[in-house]
Order: sequence, then C-alpha cells, then structure tokens
Amino acid sequence: MFKSFRITCNEATTICDKNQYGEATLLEKLKLNMHFIRCKICFSYTKQNMTLTKIYKGHAKSCKEIKHCMPTKDKDLLKEELSKLKL
Amino acid sequence: MIFILQMTQEKVVLNTNKWIDNYADYMYNYAIVRVNDSDLAKDLVQDTFFAGLKSAKNFQGKSTERTWLVSILKRKIIDHYRKINSKKGKAEVRMNFYEDGENEGNWLEERVPQSWNNQSEKSIENQELKTQLESCIDALPEKYAMVFRMKTIQEFETEEICKELDITASNLWVIIHRARTQLRKCMEDNWFNS
Repeated sequence: MFKSFRITCNEATTICDKNQYGEATLLEKLKLNMHFIRCKICFSYTKQNMTLTKIYKGHAKSCKEIKHCMPTKDKDLLKEELSKLKL
Repeated sequence: MIFILQMTQEKVVLNTNKWIDNYADYMYNYAIVRVNDSDLAKDLVQDTFFAGLKSAKNFQGKSTERTWLVSILKRKIIDHYRKINSKKGKAEVRMNFYEDGENEGNWLEERVPQSWNNQSEKSIENQELKTQLESCIDALPEKYAMVFRMKTIQEFETEEICKELDITASNLWVIIHRARTQLRKCMEDNWFNS
C-alpha cells in the first residue's frame, strides 16, 4: 500500500515548490512528508525553499507597488503611427 | 476616427482617437508585468492598437473598449509566449538535479543543496539582494522567467496564467519547479555562498 506513496526526488521537489504557493493537495503533502523520512537532501531543499519564498514575497511586494507608464515620447510616436494607419 | 456600429437598436461608438490617451498606460503596464521588457511591451501595445484599428468594424460593443483591446493584447502575449516556447537553444537547456532512477536521495552531488552562509531573512529589504534576484530571474530561459514572474512576483492565480498562456496546470508546475531550482542554484552561488 505504502509503495504508492513513494515518490522520486524530482517529484518531491516539484510538490515542495507547489506547496510554497499553498497549492499542494493533501495527498501530495502526505507523500512529501513520507519522502522526507528517507531523504534528508529534499528536507534541506525544502527548508531553503521556504527561505527563498520569503525573499520572493518581499520582492513581489516592492514590485507590485510600481505602476509602469508608457513614456510620453513613445505615446506621441504611437499616435503618429496610428494616424498614418487611419489615412 | 470614430466607428459607429449599428446594432439592433443601439449605437456602439469606438473612439480610436482617444485610445492612446485612455488606454496606453494601462495596456503598457499590463504587458510589462508579463514580459518584463519595456521595448517588447511597447511593441505589443503598438501591435494591439494596430490590430484593434484593423478589426474595429468587428467590435460589437458586448464589452468595454478597454476589455476588447486587452483581449487583443492577451492574444499578442500568447503569441509571444508560443514563439519563445518553440525556440530552440536556451529554452531547451534543462539543469539536471538528479541521477536517473526512481529512488529517493539520488541527487547529483554537485546539485545537492549547500548550507548557506548569508542569512537572508535579515536582508529581505536589502537592495543588493533584490538586484541579485532580478539578475538571476533574467538569466532564466524566457518562458520560465515569464511564468515565474506571473506566478510568484505578480501573484496571479494558477488558472489565470494557464488561461492566458494556454498551458495546463501540470505544465505550469513543471515550469515553476525548473525555474525555482535554477534560481535556487543561482542565488546559492551568487548570494548565499558568494
């Protein structure tokens, strides 16, 4: 029965990544935790992954605060191009 | 130029003269958060306006002008994504982290996570860290970087990304996994243990 719970390191790290976004299923989390019992490397990968997630979230927060606007010069050029096309 | 479309009883007006003033910033912002390249974002917006102008007669007024233009822009982004997805070379490079086989613990020795010297939690607000992270994201294959940015930086829903880029959820998670493993390695080499 437990054989079906066995996953490779590739699968484990994929689930671990999915879990960073809170989107791993209960079964996936169960498989991942069982994998950790045997694999210390993946456990270590997961711990570091959590650290990275914190960094990514911090970066995401600062990126979201930026609103990008098209430079006026480019808008003027685009207006010209559009008017040419209309003729 | 104003297109007036006669529908059953009502008239739908498409005012193309005001497009740039009304929508250029919104569409530019929409494009740049997805492609992270200002020149490419400008090109995509320009192509969208051109395509919109050409098909203005098809506008039925079922949605707002902006929604209609954004749907064209989305199409352009998907086309771009498909183009980079089909490119050979950089996008094809895959870092192998594991030996072949189905057993656990089969990490390649050089890929095994190293212990990190630099304690990142203290440095999350550090500008240098952000610069390094951006440079690591930029080093990813374009399609990985695009999906990673949409999911992790812009925090879009999985379903939304799949719909926009026309990929399956399992496809998305494989891309996210590859992006994150490559990023981890890059950050390990250039930040944590540099």
